Amino acid sequence: MSETLYRIVALFRKELLAILKDAQSRVTVFLPPILQCLIFGYAASFDLNHVPYAVLDRDHSGASRALVAAIDGNGYFERVATLQKASEIPEQITEKRATLVVVIDKDFERQLMAGKTAKVQVIADGRNTNTAGTAQGYISAIVADFSRKWRNDNGHAAPPGVQVIARAWYNPNFETRWNMIPSLIGAITMMMTMILTAMSVAREREAGTFEQLLVTPYRPYEIMVGKALPCMLIGLIQATLVLLVAQLWFRIPFAGSYLILYLSLIEFLAASVGIGLFISSIAKNMQQAMIGSVVVIMPFMLMSGLTTPIMNMPKILQYLTAINPLRYAISMTRQIYLEAAGIAQLLPEMLSLLAIAAVTLPIAAWMFRNRLA
Amino acid sequence: MPVREKAQPVEIERVHKTFRRENGDTVKALAGVSFTAQHNTLTALVGPDGGGKTTLLRMIAGLVAADEGSACVLGMDAAADAQTVQERIGYMPQKFGLYEDLTVQQNLDLYADLHGIGIAARQTIYPRLMQMTALGPFTRRLAGLLSGGMKQKLGLACTLVSSPDLLLLDEPTVGVDPLSRRELWEIVRRQVRESGMTVIASTSYLDEAEFFDHTIALHLGKVLAEGRPQEIAARAAGRVFMASSATKATARALQSRLFRQPEIADAVPEAGLVRVVTHEAELPRNENVIYAPVTPRFEDGFMLLFRAAVGDIQATAIKLEHRPENAPAETAVEVRDLLRTFGDFVAVNHVSFDVRRGEIYGLLGPNGAGKSTTFRMLCGLIPATGGQLRVAGADLRTSRAEARAKLGYVAQKFSLYGDLSVDENLDFFASAYGLRGDRKRTRIAWAKAQFDLGAMATLPSGQLPGGYKQRLAMAAALLHEPEILFLDEATSGADPLARREFWGRITALAEQGVTVIVTTHFMEEAEYCDRVIIMDGGVALAEGSPENIRARAKRSDGHEPTMEDAFIAIVEASRQDLRKAA
Repeated sequence: MSETLYRIVALFRKELLAILKDAQSRVTVFLPPILQCLIFGYAASFDLNHVPYAVLDRDHSGASRALVAAIDGNGYFERVATLQKASEIPEQITEKRATLVVVIDKDFERQLMAGKTAKVQVIADGRNTNTAGTAQGYISAIVADFSRKWRNDNGHAAPPGVQVIARAWYNPNFETRWNMIPSLIGAITMMMTMILTAMSVAREREAGTFEQLLVTPYRPYEIMVGKALPCMLIGLIQATLVLLVAQLWFRIPFAGSYLILYLSLIEFLAASVGIGLFISSIAKNMQQAMIGSVVVIMPFMLMSGLTTPIMNMPKILQYLTAINPLRYAISMTRQIYLEAAGIAQLLPEMLSLLAIAAVTLPIAAWMFRNRLA
Repeated sequence: MPVREKAQPVEIERVHKTFRRENGDTVKALAGVSFTAQHNTLTALVGPDGGGKTTLLRMIAGLVAADEGSACVLGMDAAADAQTVQERIGYMPQKFGLYEDLTVQQNLDLYADLHGIGIAARQTIYPRLMQMTALGPFTRRLAGLLSGGMKQKLGLACTLVSSPDLLLLDEPTVGVDPLSRRELWEIVRRQVRESGMTVIASTSYLDEAEFFDHTIALHLGKVLAEGRPQEIAARAAGRVFMASSATKATARALQSRLFRQPEIADAVPEAGLVRVVTHEAELPRNENVIYAPVTPRFEDGFMLLFRAAVGDIQATAIKLEHRPENAPAETAVEVRDLLRTFGDFVAVNHVSFDVRRGEIYGLLGPNGAGKSTTFRMLCGLIPATGGQLRVAGADLRTSRAEARAKLGYVAQKFSLYGDLSVDENLDFFASAYGLRGDRKRTRIAWAKAQFDLGAMATLPSGQLPGGYKQRLAMAAALLHEPEILFLDEATSGADPLARREFWGRITALAEQGVTVIVTTHFMEEAEYCDRVIIMDGGVALAEGSPENIRARAKRSDGHEPTMEDAFIAIVEASRQDLRKAA
């Protein structure tokens, strides 16, 4: 047992040395995660000047006029239409004249005066997920601000004030940028670690060093563990970099527990590394390993729920996502990051990732030695 | 520039070329080389690694420009008119760019397209090339599935497709078995004879230089000597002897003793005796050694010049810390009825043999004979399809990890981690074999001392000079004091001196009880083995001591047949039998 451990540590050290000694691979391992996170982060964010919106004021009260003035005066929104009746709303959204429509209920002012919850409905164009989502967030902020001020001005001490009811048309599940960036923790690390792992064996096969390794007393599973751990460690560092960018640059507050997050990440990385090693064990050379990992990564990205909700996919594809570790990682990081989810809540994802790792890692180990030359 | 009367195809005039390594060091590849290749002749560039052969060929091909001096090729400046020069020459680099996923025919077509050969011209060129290379029956086979010898022939055919005026070949026979080598050179000679081509080829096989018209010996970027091979050979006149032991010591033991003597320039085992070249034209005083003078050949002359230029050689004796403990008569490797198939193809067909402890055992055979497959099964790299295999007392099928701890392995190609330093590589492999603490430190220190690696300890191993790479590979394979050492064509592409150093070490190891199993393409190296097995078509054709094997061939000129004669005779006889049976 101690022999095994000793050999694994030796391989672990060698792998890290091989990656970190090369200045070029040092840069490729640590710079892209930060850049990708920034790029994806901004790709998911928009210039919110002059977002076209329409308003349907059913109350025509002082309060409702004050609210519309607050939205108009904010600078982010530009009123393109003032509607008279609800039947005019579909036209605005469908024809893409307005990205969102703000509907102020009939008894808006009365409810406020009575200290009850006044309702503002925001209908957004769900086809343009990110703009609409962010815009909705802005409206919410403006309304909350208005509500607080109004209470102060009118001497109402107690909440609740105004409630925003958000509706997105065409894509009821749409998510905001706050959801996007935590998801990148999984997406970016998977991309990098999978390629890194897939290349690690293929590079040795190409250089002839893999045979040199196979004639030593290393057992296949020792090679597997010795190759998997350094890649997982680098994956964790990359995940940490993305986490730092999310918090320090994008200022998205982390709600959950770091312990649970890293526990989930370790599981997720084990599953991704398993797939990477599996690709690596089939590939004859680095080119095949590279193509192999891209072929796997693309559908994993598309079918992960990162950009399109899994629920909107055809049933057959939904089943297929069951073997996609990224799907679980994204769902887990969102829950942990934004909802402070606990272990119990994450159990289904954790078990699924464990199952993926438990299948791919042993197969990869077996393939190392038994792949036909 | 004055118009010269009649320019020769290649006129090199005092060329210099310096390269800069990644770490900023400069390497002088060529230091004032001049030579002329006459029209319609075969010129050989001979010399050790780093001698400048490849750089010189690339310069003639217009691929690198000289820092100083001029390279005039087919009447043009090779650097200035590179494009025009390249249209009229054929250049086959060491690693020729065959497309392994294309068939033989598709590769040929591709090169014909690249050279803009018309359809009509192809009709006359293709049959001639196919007939010459004997690749005709294999036109639909994927190039990647050809044997090493056939790949080289295909590479040559692709180079010849454009009917060049000047043919440049960079070590075309490295990794090619003796039979294919002979065929390959026959093709080249026919080009000179029949098509009036001029050929310049580099080689590290000194015996090949024998049939060239002109030879140029390069060492460290300088011309050591040039002339007809007979002229080079004549330099060793009166200094070449066949030595035999009066005390019946083996040729190998005698060779390792003589090679270390300062007055001896070269010593190699040959036909049961030792061929000796002395620095001076007088006999070295040795008790118990009988000398008989013989006619020198190219290799003798070259080694004499080369040793004079190199000076003292590295001490090649290795002193083991512990001898392997087992009794010498015990069987180290036992192979019974070994079978290996790949689909329908039987690569190894019921082969049996034993290797005794402390023996040097050679696996010989043409490319594709099944010797590499056998070798890989012995090392536990691939499983056997059938039969029994016991290595160091363990059955590889059931206890491969344990058996592996008792064997060392040196691959054909340098296969340690190039980015890691010498120290880091040794440290990793020591740990891989379970060495730790003091034991590890002592073993690494031992390896560095024995292989003289101390000065290179912190250098990335990928940047080591060729000879040092091999030393490091052997050092790494010996760290755990293996009982059996496996060497897969370890001398392929190595220069003559490095090969002699290498065999000096192997001999020393065997003397101390290490079992050594080698594959090699150099038939004269089989003389260092205690016993060899010759394979072809997956079956064992002959097994026995080199003497035994040599006795199977006869030479028409009455000389004692060499290993190469015997090898070719045995393989050809077996192939003829097969043809008759079919």
